[in-house]
This record gives sequence, C-alpha cells and structure tokens, in this order.
Amino acid sequence: MKLEGKSVFGGIAIGKCKVYGKKESFVKRNKVVDTASEIKRFSQAKEQAKGQLAQLYEKALKEVGEANAMIFEVHQMMLDDLDYVESITNMISTQGINAEFAVAATGDNFAEMFAAMDDDYMRERAADVKDISNRVISILQGDQNQGDLGKEPVILLADDLAPSETVQLDKSKVLSFVTRHGSTNSHTAILARTMNIPALIGVDFHEDADGQIGIVDGKQGIFIIDPSEEEIAHYSKLKKQDEDRARLLQELKGQESVTKDGKAIQLYANIGGVGDVASVLANDAGGIGLFRSEFLYLESSDYPTEEQQFKAYRTVAENMAGKKVIIRTLDIGADKQVDYFGLDKEENPAMGYRAIRICLDRKEIFKTQLRAIYRASYYGKIAVMFPMVISVDEVLQAKEMCQQVKEELKAEGVPYSQVELGVMIETPAAVMISDLLAKEVDFFSIGTNDLTQYTLAIDRQNPKLDDIYDSHHEAVLRMIQMVVDNGHKEGCWVGICGELGADISLTETFLQMGIDELSVSPSMILPVRDQIRKSGALR
Amino acid sequence: MREYVYTITDPEGIHARPAGAFVKEAAQYGCKVTIEKDGREVDAKRIMGVMSLGVKCGQEILLRTDGDGEEEAMEGLSKFLQDNL
Repeated sequence: MKLEGKSVFGGIAIGKCKVYGKKESFVKRNKVVDTASEIKRFSQAKEQAKGQLAQLYEKALKEVGEANAMIFEVHQMMLDDLDYVESITNMISTQGINAEFAVAATGDNFAEMFAAMDDDYMRERAADVKDISNRVISILQGDQNQGDLGKEPVILLADDLAPSETVQLDKSKVLSFVTRHGSTNSHTAILARTMNIPALIGVDFHEDADGQIGIVDGKQGIFIIDPSEEEIAHYSKLKKQDEDRARLLQELKGQESVTKDGKAIQLYANIGGVGDVASVLANDAGGIGLFRSEFLYLESSDYPTEEQQFKAYRTVAENMAGKKVIIRTLDIGADKQVDYFGLDKEENPAMGYRAIRICLDRKEIFKTQLRAIYRASYYGKIAVMFPMVISVDEVLQAKEMCQQVKEELKAEGVPYSQVELGVMIETPAAVMISDLLAKEVDFFSIGTNDLTQYTLAIDRQNPKLDDIYDSHHEAVLRMIQMVVDNGHKEGCWVGICGELGADISLTETFLQMGIDELSVSPSMILPVRDQIRKSGALR
Repeated sequence: MREYVYTITDPEGIHARPAGAFVKEAAQYGCKVTIEKDGREVDAKRIMGVMSLGVKCGQEILLRTDGDGEEEAMEGLSKFLQDNL
C-alpha cells in the first residue's frame, strides 16, 4: 500500500514499522476525601516531572543544541506556572477529585486555549501543555519506560511526537519518522534533520501497519507499507546509492583529485543552468567544465538580452568564487530547437545548421552572448569554448569576434578579465586537425557523445543500433589519445566533458593518455574522484 | 504604578522561549508586574498567561509595574524588552 505525505527530510529508510504507543492516558475521575494529601501527591509528582525535564534538557542540549533544548526549560516553567498549578489545586480542593483528573482537565483547558490561537507556532504550544500534563499523570499513575522501542531499529509511526518523546527515544533505534500531524517546523522535523534521517508528515497510515515492513522515500514523500519484492529491490538500490554517496562525500570532500603516483587532475562539473551551482559546490567540484548556455535560450520566448545573459553568467562566476567556469557558447539546433530562431526543419539535424555554424552566420546573436560572457569575466574566472568546430577558419572567426568584443568593452570603459579560449572536439574533423587548432586556443574539451556518434556513424537515438554502439570503441579511444598528444605539443590542456568522462571503467585509461581535466555531472564528481585516487597516471 | 509601551521587534514575537526568559526576569521583582495587549492584561510572572497573549513582531504591549520597587522593576524590565524582544 502506497501513501503520500510531506517530506521533512530526504533519504530512504527500509525496515519494520512500529506505531508509537501513545497511551491515550485514560484518566478516571475519583472522589477524594483527604484533599490536602492529594494536593501533596500532585506537588510531589510535579517536582518529579520537573526533575525528568531537567534531565531531558541536558540530554537535548547534547543531541540537538541549546536552541532546541530550551523547550524543556520552558516546560519546567510551565509546570510551575501559577495559573496552571492553582487551577489544579483548586479543582482538587473544591471538587474533591483525584490529582490525575485535575491535571488532565486543566491540561485540556490550557491546550484548548492555545489551540484556538491564530498562530501556527502558538498552536504547537497546545501539544506542550498536553505533554507536560501527561508526564505528571504518568508519574501519578506510576508508569515508567516511555520510548522503549525494542531491539531492532524501526520506522517510527506516530500521530505526532511531543518534544519530550522525541528526546527520550533511543535514536539508534529509529530509521525514520512518519507522523500523521506535525509541521515542517515541529520538533520531530528538527530532530529528523539533525539526525539526518528521512521523515514524513501528514501521512494517513492505519494502526495495523504496526509490525509490517515499510519503506520511506523522504525525497518523493512516499510511504509504502508491505512493499512488493520489486519495490524493496528498487529502494534498496537507491538506499545503497545514497549511502555510497554519503560515504564518499565524507571521505572525499576536501580531498584532492590526485592519482596514486601524484598527478593532479582538474575534476569539474557539467551544468545546465544557474540552479545547478548548489550541487556543484555540495559535491566539491573544482570548477565548472561545461556550462551549457542553451538554457538561457530554451527557457526564453525571445532572444535573451545581453543583460539577462550577463546576470546568469555573473551569478555562476561569483558563486564559484574564483574557480574556473567554462561556458560553452550557444549549441542550438539538432535536437535542441527554439521557435523564435525560425530554423528550417532538416532531414539530418545532427549534421545540420547548428552551434557555431549558426553563431558565425547570425553574428548578432553570437556577439550578444560574447559581450555578456566578457562582462561577467570580471566577476570570476571564466573560460569560453566553441562547439561543433570543424575548421581552423571557424576558430579564427570566433576569436576575431572575441577581439571585437574586448575592444568595444574597453572603449566603453566596461571592465573584463582574461578569458581562456577553447575548442570542443566533437567531430572527427576537429580530431584530425587538432594539431592546427591547438595553435589557436588554450584548451580542448572533448565532447564524447557527438564524437562517438560521428565517428561510428551511429545515430544514438536509434534503438536498433544499441547493440553495435560501443562507447569504448578503439577508434574513439585512439582519437582521444591523438587530441591529447596534439594539444600538449602546443601547450593546450585537454579535458573530456562528455558522458565518457564519468565512465569510471575508463578513468585510469584517460589518465594514462594524459588527460588533464574531466568534467562530469555533479553527482559523479565524488565517484570519479574516488577512481582517480585509486588510479595511476603512468602506464 | 509605572507604565511603559513597547513595540516588539523580535521577528518571532513573544513565543515560548522568549516568553520563558521574560517571565524569569519578571519573577525577580517583588512588585506586581503585568503586560497588556489589546485590552487583555496578564500576570507577567506566569508563563501560560504571557504565552496566551500570542504577541507577534510589530505588536504593541503595555508593561505595568506596581508596588514596592516598581521603579527598579520598570527600569530592569524595559531594558530587558529592548535588549531581547
């Protein structure tokens, strides 16, 4: 059975469900004759409750920090509140009732008062009042051992958890929290985030989930009870991926991407928009090796202005704080179509009017982009590379445009910094003349997806050809070697930004070929770094 | 009796934690201390009452001290409000 809820914290948990037994403390009303000693019984229970809360405060202080622990100090004050205490003692003395009932009735009254307030945060105080009252009642009734979860770690299901309950829990026995109520700011939510475990709220589970196997998908907000074998297999795999990533993150964050024999590799990330920068930084990439600038054009209903582009490039450059950001100029056409460009439908778009071919034909579009890039270069470390190059002449034209842009900016008094220029090597033609191209630029970045498709003459979109499509084809590998050798002869550094760059079965091969940079999707940074550190660059 | 009008600037308002701190502070003084919001007056030494006002950021409260040491209490508590709320 699949249920939905709101995610409080991501991650996957698989395990036995346990419905947290909130003893809806049923309190009986009894007649009491000796009201004085009943009041004394209440006072003693109250003091004992305060003692427990003081201990919880200490425990919470260590586990969740002072800001979150403060609530237990407030709880102690609430127990001492004269309105609260007087209400209870009055009920006992004037009505001649037992302390349990007086505490329960008073707790309900105060909780109702808070629950009626037009403020989410204050409404949660209703839970606090009930919580302290239940604590006193439990003591009066002689109950102990709340929060005993058994031996096995469990997915904890509850209506909602009071702060004292969450703190009392043995955290090593909780895989995940799933509650019917609560908010993303509730104590349970804070605790889940602090403990780094998945948690869902607003899940309408049934009590009979108790004891069944459950899966919590904290990313998607899904709770599955009694999952199928396929579901278990699927989520186990996801969970393992998460764990592997977390482990890598811990071990490899801040580490250098250096081979066993001491060669440092630039390990960069590929991004498709400004929003991806967060994951680039989270995964500890050394820079951005491929910033696909198409998003600016694809997301827009008209040509993006220089200002719009400048802002996007500048934001990325600033966020990367001095780390290299390689912007690939417009690569539209082929499978990426934009209406306002008014491009004709082509028989064979992969080999058609696209990328640098459009840019050099419609120079006003290209110039707008280059101006935005150069202006942004002042705010970080920016490099530019041109896609789909097949001739030296194209590179010369592009460089000429860059020169014009620089002169214009200089004349206007607009600051810019030095920008490295590079060529994307993704056609067999570019590979074969890479010795000539290398004389014109600072670096090469090999786009293995297109290069493989053009070299093998295999359309990657055609599923019939999947069997003969070999991404490790000797022809492609030899081409990469050729590009590296020709680039290095002229002092160019050489990187790979295609999918092959993230293929860890080839990492060592690339390093031995002399590759200087690998640019991969942010999620592959750490796995590739792991592989680099296990590899040797010498043959 | 002394009175002081104060507008809350703490973005959280007088919620549980700040209410607790304020009540603790008020309890140190022997005189009667109350706060009033929108015509409802509560004992500033009782946390449930203070919390029940649900005072939010930007709202005005009226602090009153009355009795022995009211001057000193007003001085201390108005300063506390300015510093913490």
